[in-house]
Amino acid sequence: MESIMNKVAQALAERRGTDPSQIKAETKFSDLALDSLDVAELIMDLEDAFNVTIDITKVDGTVGDLVRVIQEAA
Amino acid sequence: MNPQGKTALITGGTRGIGRAIALEMTAHAENIALLYAGRKDAAEETVKLIEAKGAKALAVQCDVSDEQAVKTAVAQVKQAMGPISILINNAGITKDGLTLKMSGEDFKRVLAVNLAGAFHTIQACYRDLMKSGWGRVVNIGSVSGLMGNPGQANYAAAKAGLVGLTKTIARELAGRGVTANLVAPGFIDTDMTRDMPVGTLEAALHAVPMGRLGRAEEVAAAVSYLCSRGADYVTGCVLQVDGGMYM
Repeated sequence: MESIMNKVAQALAERRGTDPSQIKAETKFSDLALDSLDVAELIMDLEDAFNVTIDITKVDGTVGDLVRVIQEAA
Repeated sequence: MNPQGKTALITGGTRGIGRAIALEMTAHAENIALLYAGRKDAAEETVKLIEAKGAKALAVQCDVSDEQAVKTAVAQVKQAMGPISILINNAGITKDGLTLKMSGEDFKRVLAVNLAGAFHTIQACYRDLMKSGWGRVVNIGSVSGLMGNPGQANYAAAKAGLVGLTKTIARELAGRGVTANLVAPGFIDTDMTRDMPVGTLEAALHAVPMGRLGRAEEVAAAVSYLCSRGADYVTGCVLQVDGGMYM
């Protein structure tokens, strides 16, 4: 769980040019100024990084959500 | 684009304009997959023609209006040929009639095949397109969808809908190197126009500045351009192949 969260935070930080430590499980994608298309693109990249298929319809609004769905898929 | 390892999927790809496009796509993809509604003989013949051009070919029977059937067919194509990077939505039917006489069923059926069908295939290929870093979606519209046509409320609405769908996909995938464009043929010499009464066709040709029917190969050439590297910066466009009919 911890390492998935770290990797997701890292990927998000790279996209937004922010510090990964600023990204928490409860952080909303909208707080990071990511729209639905940005999130979809992020998910495509993470699918490759984690070698999983992520059901995009299960990802709601937060980083923690995404981490949970990746964990379930792994 | 180097066709090596690439896969193109063409719906309604076994007859008429679709067949011409499928043959043209051998310049862009090593693997050519066709979805066809029902004419197995035509599908088998087209497969042979593609193979004669040195490409691999696979024809899968599929009603594109059936979302689940499309998912299954696309999965079958991917398993046999790998990720799809070129998608051509050409499948289409007509059920013409003046609006006053057109049944709701006929209206909905034409939208289901011509418009929802394209949505289904795009959705089924979306991940592949998004991930490939280079991709092409070409939807085959019609001048009917741009200018309207008496007796084709359903067909014109579906083809106009494809314009909006094309532009939306163009915007969604632009950042991923994937273009989406629409080719709008006018009167093309196919089974569809051969079914028209002679008088109607002659009258229609008066509206075409070039005064003749187009050929399926002329439509395929436009699709081929949009699938080439030369068209990397062309997206969300409507390219008419109609002898000047609509301008």
